[in-house]
Amino acid sequence: MSDTIRPFARPREGSQPPYLHPDYASTVKRAPKHSPIPLEHTLTEVTGPVFAGGWAGADAADLTQGHGGPPLGERIIVSGRVLDEDARPVSGTLVELWQCNAAGRYCYPVDQHDAPLDPNFDGVGQVLTDERGEYRFLTIKPGAYPWRNTYNAWRPAHIHFGIFGPAFTTRLITQMYFPGDPLLALDAIYLGTADEKARQRLIAAYDPNLSEAEWALGYRFDIVLRGREATPMENT
Amino acid sequence: MADRLIATPSQTVGPFFHIGLGRPDWADLTAGNPQGERIVVAGRVIDGDGAPVPDACLELWQANAVGRYAHPDDTRTDTPLDPNFRGFGRVSTNADGNFRFTTIRPGPVPGRGNSLQAPHIAVALFARGLLKQLYTRVYFAGEPLNETDPVLSTIADPMRRQTLIATRSEDADSAIWRLDIVMQGDNETVFFDI
Repeated sequence: MSDTIRPFARPREGSQPPYLHPDYASTVKRAPKHSPIPLEHTLTEVTGPVFAGGWAGADAADLTQGHGGPPLGERIIVSGRVLDEDARPVSGTLVELWQCNAAGRYCYPVDQHDAPLDPNFDGVGQVLTDERGEYRFLTIKPGAYPWRNTYNAWRPAHIHFGIFGPAFTTRLITQMYFPGDPLLALDAIYLGTADEKARQRLIAAYDPNLSEAEWALGYRFDIVLRGREATPMENT
Repeated sequence: MADRLIATPSQTVGPFFHIGLGRPDWADLTAGNPQGERIVVAGRVIDGDGAPVPDACLELWQANAVGRYAHPDDTRTDTPLDPNFRGFGRVSTNADGNFRFTTIRPGPVPGRGNSLQAPHIAVALFARGLLKQLYTRVYFAGEPLNETDPVLSTIADPMRRQTLIATRSEDADSAIWRLDIVMQGDNETVFFDI
Protein backbone atom coordinates (compact mmCIF):
# COMPACT_ATOMS: atom_id res chain seq x y z
CA MET A 1 0.00 0.00 0.00
CA SER A 2 1.29 3.41 -0.91
CA ASP A 3 2.21 5.34 2.19
CA THR A 4 3.14 8.65 0.62
CA ILE A 5 1.74 11.95 1.82
CA ARG A 6 2.19 14.86 -0.56
CA PRO A 7 2.27 17.92 1.69
CA PHE A 8 1.31 21.41 0.57
CA ALA A 9 3.94 24.13 0.33
CA ARG A 10 4.22 26.66 3.15
CA PRO A 11 3.39 30.27 2.24
CA ARG A 12 6.31 32.46 1.29
CA GLU A 13 7.38 35.06 3.86
CA GLY A 14 5.03 38.03 3.86
CA SER A 15 2.69 36.60 1.26
CA GLN A 16 -0.12 35.93 3.75
CA PRO A 17 -1.38 38.27 6.46
CA PRO A 18 -0.46 37.72 10.13
CA TYR A 19 -3.02 37.02 12.84
CA LEU A 20 -2.09 40.13 14.82
CA HIS A 21 -2.24 43.27 12.67
CA PRO A 22 -3.01 46.14 15.08
CA ASP A 23 -3.98 48.55 12.27
CA TYR A 24 -6.99 46.26 11.91
CA ALA A 25 -8.33 46.75 15.41
CA SER A 26 -10.44 43.59 15.59
CA THR A 27 -7.33 41.44 15.37
CA VAL A 28 -6.07 42.68 18.74
CA LYS A 29 -8.42 40.55 20.86
CA ARG A 30 -8.80 37.72 18.38
CA ALA A 31 -5.23 36.86 17.46
CA PRO A 32 -3.77 34.05 19.57
CA LYS A 33 -0.84 35.01 21.83
CA HIS A 34 0.83 31.65 21.30
CA SER A 35 2.31 30.98 17.90
CA PRO A 36 0.38 28.26 16.12
CA ILE A 37 2.27 24.98 16.39
CA PRO A 38 3.77 23.79 13.11
CA LEU A 39 2.08 20.58 12.04
CA GLU A 40 3.58 18.26 9.46
CA HIS A 41 0.80 17.33 7.10
CA THR A 42 -0.97 14.05 7.65
CA LEU A 43 -3.83 12.48 5.74
CA THR A 44 -6.12 14.88 7.65
CA GLU A 45 -4.48 17.97 6.17
CA VAL A 46 -4.03 16.75 2.58
CA THR A 47 -7.65 15.71 2.15
CA GLY A 48 -10.80 17.82 2.18
CA PRO A 49 -14.35 18.02 0.92
CA VAL A 50 -15.08 16.83 -2.63
CA PHE A 51 -17.92 18.61 -4.39
CA ALA A 52 -18.83 16.10 -7.09
CA GLY A 53 -22.48 15.14 -7.26
CA GLY A 54 -23.94 18.59 -6.71
CA TRP A 55 -24.60 18.26 -2.98
CA ALA A 56 -23.46 21.83 -2.36
CA GLY A 57 -26.36 23.14 -4.41
CA ALA A 58 -26.95 24.31 -7.96
CA ASP A 59 -24.72 26.90 -9.56
CA ALA A 60 -26.00 30.44 -8.99
CA ALA A 61 -23.76 32.51 -11.23
CA ASP A 62 -26.12 35.34 -12.16
CA LEU A 63 -26.74 37.61 -9.18
CA THR A 64 -28.83 39.99 -11.28
CA GLN A 65 -31.66 37.48 -11.76
CA GLY A 66 -34.21 35.87 -9.50
CA HIS A 67 -35.88 38.97 -8.11
CA GLY A 68 -38.71 41.24 -9.19
CA GLY A 69 -36.45 43.24 -11.46
CA PRO A 70 -32.85 44.14 -12.16
CA PRO A 71 -30.69 45.39 -9.29
CA LEU A 72 -29.41 48.95 -9.30
CA GLY A 73 -25.77 49.45 -10.14
CA GLU A 74 -23.12 48.90 -12.72
CA ARG A 75 -23.42 45.40 -14.22
CA ILE A 76 -20.12 43.53 -14.16
CA ILE A 77 -18.84 40.13 -15.19
CA VAL A 78 -16.30 38.65 -12.79
CA SER A 79 -14.47 35.67 -14.19
CA GLY A 80 -11.18 33.89 -13.77
CA ARG A 81 -9.41 30.65 -13.10
CA VAL A 82 -8.65 28.84 -9.89
CA LEU A 83 -5.06 27.60 -10.12
CA ASP A 84 -2.43 26.16 -7.84
CA GLU A 85 1.05 27.65 -7.46
CA ASP A 86 2.23 25.56 -10.42
CA ALA A 87 -0.51 27.13 -12.58
CA ARG A 88 -2.44 23.88 -12.72
CA PRO A 89 -6.21 24.39 -12.92
CA VAL A 90 -8.28 23.40 -9.90
CA SER A 91 -11.44 21.92 -11.38
CA GLY A 92 -14.72 21.01 -9.74
CA THR A 93 -14.14 23.05 -6.63
CA LEU A 94 -16.76 25.21 -4.95
CA VAL A 95 -16.49 28.98 -5.30
CA GLU A 96 -18.79 30.95 -2.98
CA LEU A 97 -19.25 34.68 -3.40
CA TRP A 98 -20.96 37.39 -1.37
CA GLN A 99 -21.06 41.16 -1.53
CA CYS A 100 -22.94 44.32 -0.64
CA ASN A 101 -25.15 46.18 -3.11
CA ALA A 102 -24.25 49.17 -5.25
CA ALA A 103 -24.96 51.54 -2.37
CA GLY A 104 -22.61 49.71 0.01
CA ARG A 105 -25.24 47.85 2.06
CA TYR A 106 -25.31 44.10 2.75
CA CYS A 107 -28.59 42.23 2.60
CA TYR A 108 -28.11 41.18 6.21
CA PRO A 109 -29.81 42.59 9.33
CA VAL A 110 -26.59 43.14 11.27
CA ASP A 111 -25.51 45.69 8.63
CA GLN A 112 -27.01 48.98 9.80
CA HIS A 113 -25.13 51.27 7.42
CA ASP A 114 -27.37 54.18 6.42
CA ALA A 115 -27.61 53.26 2.76
CA PRO A 116 -30.59 51.75 0.94
CA LEU A 117 -31.23 48.05 0.57
CA ASP A 118 -32.02 46.91 -2.95
CA PRO A 119 -35.01 44.55 -3.04
CA ASN A 120 -33.62 43.12 -6.26
CA PHE A 121 -30.23 42.15 -4.92
CA ASP A 122 -29.12 39.75 -2.20
CA GLY A 123 -25.47 39.52 -3.26
CA VAL A 124 -24.90 35.77 -2.99
CA GLY A 125 -23.63 33.34 -5.61
CA GLN A 126 -21.84 30.02 -6.00
CA VAL A 127 -20.41 27.90 -8.80
CA LEU A 128 -18.20 24.86 -9.26
CA THR A 129 -15.13 25.53 -11.40
CA ASP A 130 -15.12 23.79 -14.78
CA GLU A 131 -12.45 21.39 -16.07
CA ARG A 132 -10.16 24.35 -16.86
CA GLY A 133 -10.61 25.74 -13.37
CA GLU A 134 -12.74 28.61 -14.66
CA TYR A 135 -15.67 30.36 -13.04
CA ARG A 136 -17.84 33.27 -14.13
CA PHE A 137 -20.36 35.46 -12.30
CA LEU A 138 -22.64 38.23 -13.49
CA THR A 139 -23.29 40.75 -10.73
CA ILE A 140 -23.20 44.48 -10.01
CA LYS A 141 -20.27 46.48 -8.74
CA PRO A 142 -20.45 46.73 -4.95
CA GLY A 143 -20.20 50.11 -3.25
CA ALA A 144 -17.71 51.29 -0.66
CA TYR A 145 -18.98 51.49 2.90
CA PRO A 146 -17.76 52.93 6.21
CA TRP A 147 -16.48 50.78 9.04
CA ARG A 148 -15.41 51.78 12.50
CA ASN A 149 -11.86 50.54 12.43
CA THR A 150 -10.66 54.15 12.69
CA TYR A 151 -12.48 57.47 12.38
CA ASN A 152 -13.91 57.93 8.87
CA ALA A 153 -12.48 54.66 7.55
CA TRP A 154 -14.10 53.23 4.39
CA ARG A 155 -13.69 49.77 2.96
CA PRO A 156 -12.70 49.74 -0.69
CA ALA A 157 -15.31 48.13 -2.93
CA HIS A 158 -14.82 44.38 -2.66
CA ILE A 159 -16.38 41.00 -3.31
CA HIS A 160 -15.87 38.17 -0.81
CA PHE A 161 -14.73 34.86 -2.28
CA GLY A 162 -14.51 31.44 -0.65
CA ILE A 163 -12.66 28.64 -2.47
CA PHE A 164 -11.87 25.13 -1.25
CA GLY A 165 -9.32 23.52 -3.55
CA PRO A 166 -8.23 19.91 -3.11
CA ALA A 167 -7.63 19.82 0.66
CA PHE A 168 -8.57 21.32 4.02
CA THR A 169 -5.15 22.99 3.85
CA THR A 170 -5.90 24.83 0.60
CA ARG A 171 -9.11 26.40 1.90
CA LEU A 172 -9.07 30.12 1.12
CA ILE A 173 -11.43 32.94 1.97
CA THR A 174 -10.41 36.21 0.40
CA GLN A 175 -11.68 39.46 -1.06
CA MET A 176 -11.48 40.79 -4.61
CA TYR A 177 -10.83 44.50 -5.09
CA PHE A 178 -11.12 46.80 -8.11
CA PRO A 179 -8.18 48.41 -9.93
CA GLY A 180 -7.48 52.06 -9.22
CA ASP A 181 -9.53 52.26 -6.04
CA PRO A 182 -8.05 55.10 -3.93
CA LEU A 183 -9.29 53.45 -0.75
CA LEU A 184 -6.87 50.53 -1.14
CA ALA A 185 -3.90 52.63 0.00
CA LEU A 186 -5.75 53.32 3.26
CA ASP A 187 -7.32 49.94 3.94
CA ALA A 188 -6.01 48.07 6.99
CA ILE A 189 -7.33 44.73 5.76
CA TYR A 190 -5.82 44.96 2.29
CA LEU A 191 -2.54 46.28 3.72
CA GLY A 192 -2.39 43.46 6.25
CA THR A 193 -0.41 41.43 3.73
CA ALA A 194 3.16 42.76 3.71
CA ASP A 195 4.27 41.54 0.28
CA GLU A 196 3.09 43.95 -2.40
CA LYS A 197 3.24 41.37 -5.18
CA ALA A 198 1.02 39.09 -3.15
CA ARG A 199 -1.39 41.98 -2.50
CA GLN A 200 -1.65 42.57 -6.23
CA ARG A 201 -3.30 39.15 -6.48
CA LEU A 202 -6.29 40.66 -4.67
CA ILE A 203 -6.96 43.26 -7.36
CA ALA A 204 -8.99 42.21 -10.38
CA ALA A 205 -7.90 43.40 -13.83
CA TYR A 206 -10.25 45.21 -16.16
CA ASP A 207 -10.49 42.94 -19.20
CA PRO A 208 -12.09 44.39 -22.35
CA ASN A 209 -12.27 40.90 -23.82
CA LEU A 210 -14.47 39.86 -20.94
CA SER A 211 -16.76 42.86 -21.23
CA GLU A 212 -19.96 42.40 -23.21
CA ALA A 213 -20.83 45.24 -25.56
CA GLU A 214 -23.84 47.32 -24.51
CA TRP A 215 -24.21 45.14 -21.44
CA ALA A 216 -21.52 44.68 -18.76
CA LEU A 217 -17.92 45.47 -17.82
CA GLY A 218 -15.58 42.51 -17.43
CA TYR A 219 -13.11 41.95 -14.60
CA ARG A 220 -10.65 39.08 -14.50
CA PHE A 221 -9.79 37.64 -11.11
CA ASP A 222 -7.58 34.57 -11.04
CA ILE A 223 -7.23 32.85 -7.68
CA VAL A 224 -4.07 30.94 -6.75
CA LEU A 225 -4.28 28.28 -4.05
CA ARG A 226 -1.40 26.66 -2.21
CA GLY A 227 0.35 24.03 -4.32
CA ARG A 228 2.10 20.86 -3.29
CA GLU A 229 5.64 20.86 -2.01
CA ALA A 230 7.98 20.52 -4.94
CA THR A 231 9.23 17.03 -4.10
CA PRO A 232 6.91 14.34 -2.78
CA MET A 233 8.16 13.23 0.60
CA GLU A 234 8.23 9.68 1.77
CA ASN A 235 5.93 9.39 4.76
CA THR A 236 8.51 8.20 7.25
CA MET B 1 10.56 27.55 -6.93
CA ALA B 2 11.04 31.18 -7.97
CA ASP B 3 8.84 30.83 -11.03
CA ARG B 4 5.92 29.47 -9.08
CA LEU B 5 2.88 31.69 -8.82
CA ILE B 6 2.34 33.57 -5.57
CA ALA B 7 -0.73 32.30 -3.76
CA THR B 8 -3.64 34.67 -3.23
CA PRO B 9 -3.57 36.20 0.26
CA SER B 10 -6.34 35.35 2.68
CA GLN B 11 -8.69 38.14 3.79
CA THR B 12 -11.13 38.20 6.67
CA VAL B 13 -14.65 36.83 6.25
CA GLY B 14 -15.85 40.04 7.90
CA PRO B 15 -18.99 40.47 9.98
CA PHE B 16 -21.53 39.70 7.25
CA PHE B 17 -20.34 36.31 6.03
CA HIS B 18 -23.65 34.69 6.94
CA ILE B 19 -25.20 35.76 3.66
CA GLY B 20 -22.55 33.90 1.69
CA LEU B 21 -21.55 31.07 4.00
CA GLY B 22 -24.78 30.46 5.90
CA ARG B 23 -25.74 26.82 5.32
CA PRO B 24 -27.68 25.74 8.41
CA ASP B 25 -28.09 22.19 7.10
CA TRP B 26 -24.31 21.75 6.91
CA ALA B 27 -24.20 21.70 10.72
CA ASP B 28 -25.57 18.14 10.58
CA LEU B 29 -23.03 15.78 9.04
CA THR B 30 -25.35 12.82 9.67
CA ALA B 31 -28.09 13.92 7.28
CA GLY B 32 -27.22 11.09 4.90
CA ASN B 33 -27.63 8.52 7.70
CA PRO B 34 -24.00 7.35 7.90
CA GLN B 35 -22.71 4.44 9.94
CA GLY B 36 -21.26 5.15 13.35
CA GLU B 37 -22.01 6.60 16.75
CA ARG B 38 -23.95 9.84 16.49
CA ILE B 39 -22.52 12.63 18.58
CA VAL B 40 -23.15 16.31 19.16
CA VAL B 41 -20.17 18.62 19.56
CA ALA B 42 -20.97 21.95 21.19
CA GLY B 43 -19.05 24.82 22.67
CA ARG B 44 -18.43 28.51 22.70
CA VAL B 45 -15.92 30.69 20.90
CA ILE B 46 -14.32 33.24 23.24
CA ASP B 47 -12.04 36.22 22.52
CA GLY B 48 -9.15 37.74 24.47
CA ASP B 49 -11.52 39.65 26.76
CA GLY B 50 -13.32 36.45 27.65
CA ALA B 51 -16.29 37.67 25.63
CA PRO B 52 -18.28 35.35 23.39
CA VAL B 53 -17.64 35.68 19.66
CA PRO B 54 -21.04 35.89 17.94
CA ASP B 55 -19.67 36.14 14.41
CA ALA B 56 -17.44 33.10 13.98
CA CYS B 57 -17.76 30.33 11.43
CA LEU B 58 -16.32 26.85 11.95
CA GLU B 59 -15.59 24.42 9.15
CA LEU B 60 -15.14 20.76 10.02
CA TRP B 61 -13.35 17.92 8.30
CA GLN B 62 -13.20 14.36 9.55
CA ALA B 63 -12.90 10.71 8.64
CA ASN B 64 -15.83 8.31 8.74
CA ALA B 65 -16.57 5.88 11.56
CA VAL B 66 -13.78 3.51 10.49
CA GLY B 67 -11.24 6.25 9.84
CA ARG B 68 -11.49 6.70 6.08
CA TYR B 69 -11.53 10.12 4.43
CA ALA B 70 -13.96 10.65 1.55
CA HIS B 71 -11.20 11.94 -0.69
CA PRO B 72 -9.24 10.47 -3.62
CA ASP B 73 -5.90 10.88 -1.83
CA ASP B 74 -7.00 8.44 0.86
CA THR B 75 -6.16 5.43 -1.29
CA ARG B 76 -6.39 2.72 1.36
CA THR B 77 -8.33 -0.31 0.26
CA ASP B 78 -8.59 -1.98 3.67
CA THR B 79 -10.73 0.79 5.18
CA PRO B 80 -14.13 1.21 3.50
CA LEU B 81 -15.76 4.44 2.41
CA ASP B 82 -19.23 5.18 3.70
CA PRO B 83 -21.27 6.46 0.74
CA ASN B 84 -23.49 8.28 3.23
CA PHE B 85 -20.75 10.33 4.84
CA ARG B 86 -18.85 13.20 3.24
CA GLY B 87 -17.01 14.31 6.37
CA PHE B 88 -17.45 18.05 5.86
CA GLY B 89 -19.52 20.48 7.89
CA ARG B 90 -19.93 24.15 8.66
CA VAL B 91 -21.53 25.92 11.60
CA SER B 92 -21.73 29.55 12.72
CA THR B 93 -21.78 30.77 16.30
CA ASN B 94 -25.01 32.31 17.59
CA ALA B 95 -25.46 35.61 19.45
CA ASP B 96 -23.99 34.03 22.59
CA GLY B 97 -20.94 32.69 20.77
CA ASN B 98 -22.22 29.12 20.95
CA PHE B 99 -21.89 26.53 18.22
CA ARG B 100 -23.34 23.04 17.96
CA PHE B 101 -23.01 20.42 15.26
CA THR B 102 -24.07 16.81 14.83
CA THR B 103 -21.79 14.19 13.39
CA ILE B 104 -20.50 10.68 13.94
CA ARG B 105 -17.50 9.83 16.03
CA PRO B 106 -14.61 9.38 13.58
CA GLY B 107 -12.33 6.37 13.58
CA PRO B 108 -8.55 6.63 14.01
CA VAL B 109 -6.57 7.60 10.92
CA PRO B 110 -2.95 7.06 9.95
CA GLY B 111 -0.35 9.57 11.02
CA ARG B 112 3.06 9.99 9.49
CA GLY B 113 5.21 6.91 9.19
CA ASN B 114 3.66 4.00 11.03
CA SER B 115 1.89 6.14 13.61
CA LEU B 116 -1.83 6.15 14.27
CA GLN B 117 -3.75 9.33 15.03
CA ALA B 118 -6.45 9.29 17.65
CA PRO B 119 -9.99 10.05 16.44
CA HIS B 120 -10.23 13.76 15.78
CA ILE B 121 -12.14 16.42 13.87
CA ALA B 122 -10.14 19.11 12.08
CA VAL B 123 -11.53 22.62 12.54
CA ALA B 124 -10.93 25.82 10.58
CA LEU B 125 -12.12 28.93 12.40
CA PHE B 126 -13.09 32.07 10.48
CA ALA B 127 -14.20 35.40 11.97
CA ARG B 128 -14.07 39.13 11.73
CA GLY B 129 -10.67 40.04 13.12
CA LEU B 130 -9.04 36.95 11.60
CA LEU B 131 -7.23 37.80 8.38
CA LYS B 132 -6.79 34.06 7.83
CA GLN B 133 -8.37 31.00 9.37
CA LEU B 134 -7.13 29.42 12.57
CA TYR B 135 -6.74 25.65 12.46
CA THR B 136 -7.38 23.48 15.48
CA ARG B 137 -8.62 19.97 16.27
CA VAL B 138 -11.23 18.32 18.46
CA TYR B 139 -10.22 15.10 20.25
CA PHE B 140 -12.32 13.00 22.61
CA ALA B 141 -11.65 12.52 26.32
CA GLY B 142 -11.15 8.93 27.43
CA GLU B 143 -9.84 7.78 24.08
CA PRO B 144 -6.79 5.59 24.78
CA LEU B 145 -5.12 6.57 21.50
CA ASN B 146 -4.88 10.18 22.74
CA GLU B 147 -1.88 9.07 24.82
CA THR B 148 0.14 8.21 21.72
CA ASP B 149 -1.35 10.63 19.20
CA PRO B 150 1.55 12.09 17.19
CA VAL B 151 -0.06 15.51 16.88
CA LEU B 152 -1.04 15.88 20.53
CA SER B 153 2.53 14.82 21.35
CA THR B 154 3.90 17.89 19.56
CA ILE B 155 2.27 20.06 22.24
CA ALA B 156 4.94 20.31 24.91
CA ASP B 157 2.71 21.53 27.73
CA PRO B 158 0.27 18.79 28.79
CA MET B 159 -2.10 21.43 30.15
CA ARG B 160 -2.34 23.00 26.71
CA ARG B 161 -3.12 19.60 25.18
CA GLN B 162 -6.31 19.63 27.19
CA THR B 163 -7.58 22.58 25.17
CA LEU B 164 -8.16 20.17 22.27
CA ILE B 165 -9.93 17.46 24.20
CA ALA B 166 -13.71 17.58 24.31
CA THR B 167 -15.42 16.20 27.39
CA ARG B 168 -18.62 14.24 27.39
CA SER B 169 -21.55 15.71 29.30
CA GLU B 170 -22.52 13.27 32.01
CA ASP B 171 -26.16 14.28 32.08
CA ALA B 172 -26.81 13.95 28.40
CA ASP B 173 -29.04 11.20 27.01
CA SER B 174 -27.15 11.14 23.77
CA ALA B 175 -23.47 11.93 23.62
CA ILE B 176 -22.81 15.66 23.83
CA TRP B 177 -19.16 16.57 23.68
CA ARG B 178 -18.22 20.03 24.87
CA LEU B 179 -15.20 22.06 23.86
CA ASP B 180 -14.77 25.82 23.94
CA ILE B 181 -12.43 27.57 21.56
CA VAL B 182 -10.49 30.34 23.30
CA MET B 183 -8.91 32.55 20.66
CA GLN B 184 -6.61 34.37 23.07
CA GLY B 185 -5.62 34.56 26.72
CA ASP B 186 -5.76 32.21 29.67
CA ASN B 187 -6.43 28.68 28.55
CA GLU B 188 -5.92 29.72 24.94
CA THR B 189 -6.76 26.92 22.51
CA VAL B 190 -3.86 25.29 20.73
CA PHE B 191 -3.86 26.29 17.08
CA PHE B 192 -1.80 24.67 14.37
CA ASP B 193 0.29 26.16 11.61
CA ILE B 194 -0.52 23.88 8.73
